[in-house]
Amino acid sequence: MELEAAKMIGAGLACFALIGAGIGIGNIFANYLAGALRNPGAAASQTTNLLLGFALCEATGLFGLVVALLILFAF
Amino acid sequence: MASNPMEQFTVKPLIEAPLFELGGHPIYFTNQALLMVLVTVLSASFLTLVVKPGRLVPTRGQSVAELSYKFVGDMIHSTTGADGMKFFPFIFTLFIFVLCSNFFGLIPGGFTVTSQIAVTFALAALVMLTVLGVGFARHGIGFLKLFVPHAPWYLLILLIPIEVISFLTRPISLSVRLFANMLAGHTMLVVFAGFVVSLGAAGGLLSGLAVAPLLLMVGIFLLELLVAFLQAYVFSVLTCIYLNEALHLHDHH
Repeated sequence: MELEAAKMIGAGLACFALIGAGIGIGNIFANYLAGALRNPGAAASQTTNLLLGFALCEATGLFGLVVALLILFAF
Repeated sequence: MASNPMEQFTVKPLIEAPLFELGGHPIYFTNQALLMVLVTVLSASFLTLVVKPGRLVPTRGQSVAELSYKFVGDMIHSTTGADGMKFFPFIFTLFIFVLCSNFFGLIPGGFTVTSQIAVTFALAALVMLTVLGVGFARHGIGFLKLFVPHAPWYLLILLIPIEVISFLTRPISLSVRLFANMLAGHTMLVVFAGFVVSLGAAGGLLSGLAVAPLLLMVGIFLLELLVAFLQAYVFSVLTCIYLNEALHLHDHH
């Protein structure tokens, strides 16, 4: 296989990291919403934790993007 | 065909001649440097000018300054407690710089400073060096207790390396999160804009269909505005949390 073609396939495969990030972000917001509907009074105090969890989770997906960019441009 | 979506991230010198040489490397005044100067000067002068008169009933500008002050103040207070407030200038500057850079990058034809890993990593390295400095200054060598969680000794063999690695990857995750979010968002905007252009140029019935991706573009742009704010917020909240660990180690404030 040509190196260029292998790079393209590798970069595409690296985007599978988004599956995990998608599941994770969905989980975080779903559980926050479920909790917030049960106890609306405590919901506002937890937005920092919500956004923090969202950001930490999203970062794992973005590492996949960085791997893809490294494969495409750095090697 | 649409232009290369990565083209917007190229750093190019605005003045052909290098400003000076540093260790044999020519230093240019680039579009990135221009935007950083612009962001710093505009945000600093705006925030100082609107609060200068010190009106009792604030104008719109003064309200913006006061709200952002209170927002960051509350954030620091809720994550680090009262003794974190002496880091307010540092965190407020970080927040405003990242926020304004993100928003300036959304101006069409502009340049996003925070889409450069060099900039975000410099910011993250600054944060981590501050955390290390504060931690060692306050606790001395006892700061290393940060890496020893409350657990039985046989678990510590496993946990201490994990804690050390997680501490060492913080600057990477802090910088990569901001950089990759901006990079991905702006690339997506250009790719979707390419759909609008190529559909519009197709002619006939297809040109009318170009409205659909255009509407989608507006939606994505609004999402990018949210992301721009959210990433600035997350960056400063994580800075606060890391500072809190340096200040209080494991015990809660």
